[in-house]
Amino acid sequence: MKFEGTERYVATDDLRMAVNAAVALQRPLLIKGEPGTGKTMLAEEVAAGLGMPLIQWHIKSTTKAQQGLYEYDAVSRLRDSQLGDEKVHDIANYIKKGKLWEAFTAEEQVVLLIDEIDKADIEFPNDLLVELDRMEFFVYETGETVKAKHRPVIIITSNNEKELPDAFLRRCFFHFINFPDKETMREIIAVHYPDISKSLVAEAMEVFFDLREIPGLKKKPSTSELIDWLKLLMADEIPDEILKERDPSKAIPPLYGALMKNEQDVHLLERLAFMHRREMR
Amino acid sequence: MLVNFFHCLRDVGIPVTTRELLDLLEGLQRHVVFGSVDEFYYFSRTCMVKDEKYFDRFDRAFALHFEELEALDDIIEALIPEEWLRAEFLKQLSEEEKAKIETLGGLEKLIEEFKKRLEEQKGRHQGGNKWVGTGGTSPFGQQGYHPEGIRVGPNGGNKKAVKVWDRREYKNLDDSVELGTRNIKVALRRLRRFARTGAADELDLDDTIRSTARNAGLLDIKMVPERHNAVKVLLFFDVGGSMDPHVKVCEELFSAARTEFKHMEYFYFHNFIYESVWKNNIRRHNERTPLLDVMHKYSHDYKIIFIGDASMSPYEILQPGGSVEHWNEEPGAAWMQRLREVYDKVVWINPVPREDWHYTHSVGVVRELLEEHMYPLTLKGLEDAMAYLTK
Repeated sequence: MKFEGTERYVATDDLRMAVNAAVALQRPLLIKGEPGTGKTMLAEEVAAGLGMPLIQWHIKSTTKAQQGLYEYDAVSRLRDSQLGDEKVHDIANYIKKGKLWEAFTAEEQVVLLIDEIDKADIEFPNDLLVELDRMEFFVYETGETVKAKHRPVIIITSNNEKELPDAFLRRCFFHFINFPDKETMREIIAVHYPDISKSLVAEAMEVFFDLREIPGLKKKPSTSELIDWLKLLMADEIPDEILKERDPSKAIPPLYGALMKNEQDVHLLERLAFMHRREMR
Repeated sequence: MLVNFFHCLRDVGIPVTTRELLDLLEGLQRHVVFGSVDEFYYFSRTCMVKDEKYFDRFDRAFALHFEELEALDDIIEALIPEEWLRAEFLKQLSEEEKAKIETLGGLEKLIEEFKKRLEEQKGRHQGGNKWVGTGGTSPFGQQGYHPEGIRVGPNGGNKKAVKVWDRREYKNLDDSVELGTRNIKVALRRLRRFARTGAADELDLDDTIRSTARNAGLLDIKMVPERHNAVKVLLFFDVGGSMDPHVKVCEELFSAARTEFKHMEYFYFHNFIYESVWKNNIRRHNERTPLLDVMHKYSHDYKIIFIGDASMSPYEILQPGGSVEHWNEEPGAAWMQRLREVYDKVVWINPVPREDWHYTHSVGVVRELLEEHMYPLTLKGLEDAMAYLTK
């Protein structure tokens, strides 16, 4: 069972290695990288590539580790007890399974995505140490132990907003998705738009990588932005010449909204273009 | 088994533990990687390094440790069991080639000869016509032209001409911040202000009971937001030349503060604050943040901590144009005043020992500006500073 990338996803050698090692040794794989380099997509594609179902657990700032295991709904049980509902006698009726429980008890091996773990509280990863290590946990309310039937392939993504605790890192494998070089970027575009014209890609890539070089951008455009931008360029049938016209005084690329997500960055570009025009005079 | 490599990594400051070494060995035993140095590099990096800031150090340690191995990689690849080599070798040959081998006295002799030369040879070899290596016309080695040649090792689909770890792509991710001492963290822990803000997701038992009783026993659930440390901190670091001797302790303080405070922002300045500060020392000249923006963005409940030696000429604080780096329209003291008007709590932490403060006039000036809220960068000093900030 080896992950080799899919038709829709270009995996570099080191990424393939990391995924395969994590699958073989049954360790969670922690993925970091710039936003838009395909961290979340990786889990989907690993699931597709290995032919396993995918269970996604998206983390928010209010997410607690316990919610991934199970939740005991004491409030509705109390309400039911007042209403004299029969259900109230069995506590199991008020236990809601979390994503980890779901993944542990699935009939076949699954891929579990824990998305953006850094969004949660600092203590969140620490609360999952034993669960991820032994792949089992104890349900106090019913006194049962939930144990993984098949150890799921766990993929964890992080945007580096908070540092993760050492004890947690010790238990994971780690991979940093580098920003793709031009070669890889061409492969990625070919995967998404097989029939896009070569010259358009070449010109767009030039513009795109030039744009990333500009110092001081708040958010550098990344792969997903490039893909969106190409889609727009194709839809609008912008002739290649417009992109080719490398006049620095027109520093703002057509349909820039897909590339620049920050008005300060757009202002910066405008300023640069303006300064350039002044120099030309 | 790879213990030296493990220690090599620890020596360059990558926090690896026994557990990771065992993982690595387990992976090797299970043949996750086999017979390729590149793959081994990727796998060991995935296993041993858990933060991209250590990638550069890992690359260097890897290069250092496996330098010799790399020089001998052809030979290592050649040391696969003989039977396997022979079977694989025969499979690849056409009848014609097999006949040609006979000119050298048959396969047995060829392999015999090969081993003999391996023993004679010390080190990697390229070109030439006798030794095992790459690109030569000897019968042994890779990519040779001799028709009777043994191609050593599998036909690697390895496109990379440059060894990945020698490229050191991760150079600028290494921020060289050593993990801070626990002591500093404990001192910073004093700066805590627990508050209940955000989504109400905790059952407020007391209020629920009270409210239920008032409701004549009909359940009335009350929720409250969870308690957490809501303190917000803004750090300003002096990166001037006179701070160089204190870099290490400042780094420790920085990394301790980083793990301790959820809401923490930092900026750099040189000697004293003027109209702008910056976040990136490499691009300090073209990426500056106006101090006014800082004051507008971060609300007044932020605690301000300066870290600097406050050692400069007094005119750098008191005179317009006093900055050593640029022309400042207004004196630094005016900016400090503005900052103190916006924020209630401002402290200055000085890495210079308290006994030496009176030797430098500017320290006294800064202390006056801050109404004596300057503390030495010692545990006691930090505790005092945090105590003042929480008051």
